[in-house]
Amino acid sequence: VCIHRVRSCSSIRFIKSKYVCVFDKSALKFSQQQRLFRTSAVSCGQIVQFKLSDIGEGITEVTVKEWYVKEGDSVSQFDSICEVQSDKASVTITSRYDGIIRKLHYSLDEIAYVGKPLVDIEIDASKGVAPEEDVVETPPMSHEEHTHQQIKGHKTLATPAVRRLAMENNIKLSEVVGTGKDNRILKEDILNYLAKQTGAILPPSPKAEIIPPLPKSEAMPAALKDKARKIPVPVSRPIVFSGKDKTEPVTGFQKAMVKTMSAALKIPHFGYCDEIDLTQLVQLREELKPIAQTRGVKLSFMPFFIKAASLGLLQYPILNASLDESCQNVTYKASHNIGVAMDTEQGLIVPNVKNVQVCSVFEIASELNRLQSLGSAGQLGTNDLSGGTFTLSNIGTIGGTYAKPVILPPEVAIGALGKIQVLPRFNGKGEVFKAQIMNVSWSADHRVIDGATMARFSNLWKSYLENPASMLLDLK
Amino acid sequence: MVLQASLKSCLQLSCVLRTPKAGFRSTTSGGLIIQSVSDDVYQNLAVEDWIHDHMNLENRRVLFLWRNSPAVVIGRHQNPWQECNLRLLRQKNIKLARRRSGGGAVYHDLGNINLTFFTTRKKYERMENLKLVVKALKALRPQLDVHVTDRYDILLDRQYKISGTAAKLGRTTAYHHCTLLCNADKLVLSSVLKSPYEGLKSNATPSVPASVKNLFEEDPSLTCEMLLDAIAEEYATQHHIDHHVTLINPADETLLPGINNKTKELQTWEWVYGKTPKFSLSTCFNMVYKDSVLDVKVDMDIKHGRIEVCNIDLPEQWLPPALCSELVKSLTGSKFCPSETTTLVTTLLRVCPQDDELYSRWNLLCENMIMLM
Repeated sequence: VCIHRVRSCSSIRFIKSKYVCVFDKSALKFSQQQRLFRTSAVSCGQIVQFKLSDIGEGITEVTVKEWYVKEGDSVSQFDSICEVQSDKASVTITSRYDGIIRKLHYSLDEIAYVGKPLVDIEIDASKGVAPEEDVVETPPMSHEEHTHQQIKGHKTLATPAVRRLAMENNIKLSEVVGTGKDNRILKEDILNYLAKQTGAILPPSPKAEIIPPLPKSEAMPAALKDKARKIPVPVSRPIVFSGKDKTEPVTGFQKAMVKTMSAALKIPHFGYCDEIDLTQLVQLREELKPIAQTRGVKLSFMPFFIKAASLGLLQYPILNASLDESCQNVTYKASHNIGVAMDTEQGLIVPNVKNVQVCSVFEIASELNRLQSLGSAGQLGTNDLSGGTFTLSNIGTIGGTYAKPVILPPEVAIGALGKIQVLPRFNGKGEVFKAQIMNVSWSADHRVIDGATMARFSNLWKSYLENPASMLLDLK
Repeated sequence: MVLQASLKSCLQLSCVLRTPKAGFRSTTSGGLIIQSVSDDVYQNLAVEDWIHDHMNLENRRVLFLWRNSPAVVIGRHQNPWQECNLRLLRQKNIKLARRRSGGGAVYHDLGNINLTFFTTRKKYERMENLKLVVKALKALRPQLDVHVTDRYDILLDRQYKISGTAAKLGRTTAYHHCTLLCNADKLVLSSVLKSPYEGLKSNATPSVPASVKNLFEEDPSLTCEMLLDAIAEEYATQHHIDHHVTLINPADETLLPGINNKTKELQTWEWVYGKTPKFSLSTCFNMVYKDSVLDVKVDMDIKHGRIEVCNIDLPEQWLPPALCSELVKSLTGSKFCPSETTTLVTTLLRVCPQDDELYSRWNLLCENMIMLM
């Protein structure tokens, strides 16, 4: 019995090797005989040594630069295995087999030799070859079944993996033109067939019927048969969603946000919102824009908002202060370094304009331009990003009306500006007119700032913007 | 002439370019000469990727002609910190790209032409391609002393490098590309390809510096267009094809489906910097603060462009130890990148005691750290 098994085993292997794998037979490693006869619960493939193929130009050695797989990974035919380099040429080595990587013969930066083993791949012999288990009982019959399909005189050669792919996609191998050696059907041929390439599809031949009609059906009562034909059976297809969760570590900009926001949580926020009529400011800006342009500066609304805020802070300096860790001391900052929240590709950054209290609107605009171009290029310096005392966030450029901004420590206040909308409002005479309305949402640290202070500051800021001429009176 | 040719072979080209690789018996055999209308290095590299991945080159070969606006292109397995002056690149707005082929770092501008020879893997032969280029140059200007070295460089007057080579081999196709200096800015070239970063140790492919010269310096009547034309002519003659140069737009998604994704991938930080082989940084610098000079020693291990291990040796108590350890913790896992580091360090400032002295010390240290990147 023992001898019988060995003989059948080796004959199976021989046939299998002819059609499944193209490799040097001498490199064949015979895994333990018993493995082949286990049930499919345990993977029982044979280990194949995949050798580094010829690179060309007489090159005999290369350096392994990157591995795309590690031991234990499963690979399909044509998947990339590694990247090697030889004398200015970078070569992608792809797998010839489907299977599981069992050993990498080289580590990074090692020299690999052409013709020598690169990786060991365990060919998945259990899949798609169900009859293998029959080998134990009836060896003579099985080796015909799993090597090639007999379709009424037409032999179709294909590896078990290709066969499985065809089966999964309900493709009849007889209808696919094989482009491999001996007209073998390759994975690519299946993929081409799937993509409905003309020229690769043979018209279905009438001889292609493999399955003989079941004798049972003739015994079925005629009535039932009729019913079976008339009522369409709904095919229940399981809903397949192939999306996977992706977990990645929090690094970089996100890390910075986590730190800032965790600290901000400790501050008891209160909010105060209002509506500003910017009709006059809109007009003023239109007049001043071309003048700024001639000086090479793009003038937006922000310089006005920033300057008005600074004027307000002069009257309410508590809003430009900082509370120490122990809440024992409040430091009133002399400089108004007003931060402007910016949205970049990487995330939120808040550079600040230094000493707004001594800057003109034009100077602020010019500085904003500089910060914006540096910000979008990712080239802001530490000085630009630190030392802020008060922040404005112009979220309205993206959208929104009212917001609930989060104070950026060590500051005590922040304002979020909504978008400018054209809305109907009543004027002094009770007439309806078109007004340019913007909403502002302030948040302040309730440990040192009370509602009344915030409200008065907001009113002052609002009055400067609603009547820009009044700013002239207090400009320094 | 070129435009008419392009209209004529447009249909042919779209047919040819949309061909899937395997299983298609192409009716067009022989060769194809294409030229990019774009000077964006990422778009042009994406075209190379596209042809490599999607074209059936079994019976066909392709010559791709392209030029780029100022850019530094490093090889697949190189370390940009070792190869070029990244600070200068950022300042001058010069792009940095990593190509998929091997080899060393080069500087491209509109005075440099790039040639890519696509063939099936079996027909990969660099020497032949370079000899073709030399033949074309000699046909154009017989007095030029140009020859191919065994390192696959082309030398002018036996001394100056005018062309460098790199190659990429895939499963069934391969390409060999090379540069050719016609009238590039040599000053910028030498300044950007000189790395100021010290203390870097890695197994990345190093570049071999060489003295370069422009063909224009040898013969001021030469232009890039003339060189491109001569090379296309020689290619057409040698491979028995028409001297048609088809113009292609690397942003054309209908002609090259999937090209915009390839272009985007080439621009990602993960590709340009993240593909740098593991390296270590071990350096020290001096900081001048008020009346004293301080020594700082920095050791880092960087993998996939991110700081894996970080160690900063400062004079004791110069900065609060808690803050220092916060700095190290923040840097670990972050990109070895100035903008990311700047954001992190300025954020850390928000959560520490408000002290002008502390601020200025912190900023000084961080500015120096960022200079390393």
